[in-house]
Amino acid sequence: MFRHAAKLLRRPVPTTSPAASAVSRRPFSSDLPAAETADPAFVEAWKKLIPNIDPPKTPLSFMQPRPATPASIPTKLTVNFVLPYASELSAKEVDMVIVPATTGQLGVLPGHVPTIAELRPGLMSVHDGNDVTKYFVSSGFAFIHANSFADIIAVEAVPIDRIDANLVQKGLAEFTQKVNSASTDLEKAEAQIGVDVHSALNSALTG
Amino acid sequence: MDIMWDLGRREREEGVKMSAPMPFWRAAGMTYITYSNICANLVRNCLKEPHKAEALNREKVHFAISTWKDGKAEKPVIRSDLAED
Repeated sequence: MFRHAAKLLRRPVPTTSPAASAVSRRPFSSDLPAAETADPAFVEAWKKLIPNIDPPKTPLSFMQPRPATPASIPTKLTVNFVLPYASELSAKEVDMVIVPATTGQLGVLPGHVPTIAELRPGLMSVHDGNDVTKYFVSSGFAFIHANSFADIIAVEAVPIDRIDANLVQKGLAEFTQKVNSASTDLEKAEAQIGVDVHSALNSALTG
Repeated sequence: MDIMWDLGRREREEGVKMSAPMPFWRAAGMTYITYSNICANLVRNCLKEPHKAEALNREKVHFAISTWKDGKAEKPVIRSDLAED
């Protein structure tokens, strides 16, 4: 009885109003303009009725609007690098950021295509002119927006000079041994994670 | 269900893989949050002092879990990393 349901659902629906057709042809959210902060019709009506008191603000008016996507590629990339307990970099203008994505090292320049990348334990470097700041990121996500804003969120990130090489070597040896002696799937997975993280720490310190 | 014939059409007909291969930790039954927390703990344990002590201190938790039965609270279970006094 429902064999043709999928086909019927996919056919073009006759639109009832221009607003409905605009919504159904909505572009990707990376291209949306910022939402309006106040309803102009409501503000007009309020001012006519109660000219002495300011119209009430809605939650949207307290939010900073999304910076618009500029027409030409900007010269600098704006990076927000946050951790659960601190904001490492807040709206910092840099030239390039290299993040350790699961698909490899991802170099982000101004004008990068909008991307969402899952991060793996690895080295992240922030390049600004001749300054390079390196952090070791445990895991997280990187959101690169169309307007050359990059939001990088990590669970734990440390500057590499805070990493103790001896502890890394000891950890690597310990987990390599655990991988060999692990019995259940879960133990094997945990040991493998240990090996991955410690070898990433090792290459971050040496590389 | 008949509506299921359409899902994965592109996968079957064009041979395009629609999803990334499963990571080893998910195949072993672990969730992303558990994986992420394990990675973070391992990194914290490899720090130099005093940063290591600060980081481990920051992550200490203290909470009480209360189960309710028949409208009454039972004795709460306290989970704590702080020194018990």
